Amino acid sequence: MKKKDLISITDYSKEDYLRILELAADFEKNPNQRLLEGKVVASLFFEPSTRTRLSFETAINRLGGRIIGFSDAGSSSVSKGETLHDTIRMVSNYVDLIVMRHHLEGSARYAAEVADVPVINAGDGANQHPTQTLLDMYSILKTQGTLDNINIFMIGDLKYGRTVHSLLMALSEFEKPIFNFIAPEELAMPEEYKLFLKEKGIRFFEHTEINENINHADIIYMTRVQKERFMDPIEYEKVKNVYILKNNMLNDTKPNMRILHPLPRINEIHPDVDKNEKAYYFTQAKNGVYTRQAIISHILNLK
Amino acid sequence: MPDSFKKKLKLKVSAINNGTVIDHIPSENLFKVISILGLQKVKSQITFGFNFESEKMGSKAIIKVSDVFFEDDEINKISLIARNAKLNIIRDYEVIEKRVVEVPDKVIGIVKCFNPKCITNNEEITTYFNVISKKPLDLKCKYCEKITHEHQMMIK
Repeated sequence: MKKKDLISITDYSKEDYLRILELAADFEKNPNQRLLEGKVVASLFFEPSTRTRLSFETAINRLGGRIIGFSDAGSSSVSKGETLHDTIRMVSNYVDLIVMRHHLEGSARYAAEVADVPVINAGDGANQHPTQTLLDMYSILKTQGTLDNINIFMIGDLKYGRTVHSLLMALSEFEKPIFNFIAPEELAMPEEYKLFLKEKGIRFFEHTEINENINHADIIYMTRVQKERFMDPIEYEKVKNVYILKNNMLNDTKPNMRILHPLPRINEIHPDVDKNEKAYYFTQAKNGVYTRQAIISHILNLK
Repeated sequence: MPDSFKKKLKLKVSAINNGTVIDHIPSENLFKVISILGLQKVKSQITFGFNFESEKMGSKAIIKVSDVFFEDDEINKISLIARNAKLNIIRDYEVIEKRVVEVPDKVIGIVKCFNPKCITNNEEITTYFNVISKKPLDLKCKYCEKITHEHQMMIK
């Protein structure tokens, strides 16, 4: 049987998404299921990412699996000049599954070709981070009861933000989503994604500021506007305070509306939003553990 | 170029008994075509010339390979750098077939991914692209998923 990997969100079908989300709900009800007993998982973080690594390692621990690996390339043989190819070939001999994060784009696809065991991409540079997309979908499903007819506002860095691109592709598989993009001109949603939506006949709107339009939202998906993305620091200074969500902007938003953020946040969500019941980003991170348990179970056919 | 000289030159590089003539190659890409087709390893006689005047192209190159007949897959690889190349298949000094090259659906090796952060530019990996548009040429990297456009294309 061909091994299953998870490298890019578009590798999976709508059926796969639904199956994983169903499993995630099951793990949320009963998180400690020792389905990975006797199995070893490699957690290879060539680039540090504490949040993602802890989430994966918690998921593996709750499934009763053992973990080997490293949390940054400095403590691995990479610092001695070993190629990714050789590291993966070697580790693939030892384990049942590889979870990896790497700063180079396409590294996970390549690792999946080299490895005999399944590979889960936990982020390859600015390219893909599919487990984030699945946990975002799980969070939308949980808070809205459905993935159909979702009106979603994506705010911040829509040019380089891989999470918004993957979420856009995944939600497009469901019934009649409406996308609203709010971003500075320099960080606007790339043409290729807008073209993709047009070809699928999916509605989208573009705005340059956060205003009363957000009262139509079911989901507000915030992302960080990063200073290093700007060629001209003056441009950053001009926009850095424009895309900040504050509690008083939420007064007339829909009761079912929830705010998501892949975290870490810097200043784009004011701390006064945290106590609002519409702030969902910390629960979203918690959902990540259940979703990753579900993904591992799906890939290794444990359930 | 005087006509008499042109004739002489033509004679010099023409006349193969059996084999393939690849015409209308942009002069500057001649050696890349030779490398892509692996002609340096071919044992039979090969003649080539470049900087020939061409009404259509300004300057063109031509390669004549004796006793070699290319499969479509093989010859289509040069379509990326010799878009208008034409093939004459020769048997007993006669042109028995004329062919044009076509851009393939997949491009394996040959082209470098334009994305410096792509794994293929950082480790010894054969590049692999799906052709998502043939005109203008757009190649999507299987690894980093970025699109290399025609004007960004570099031959490895």
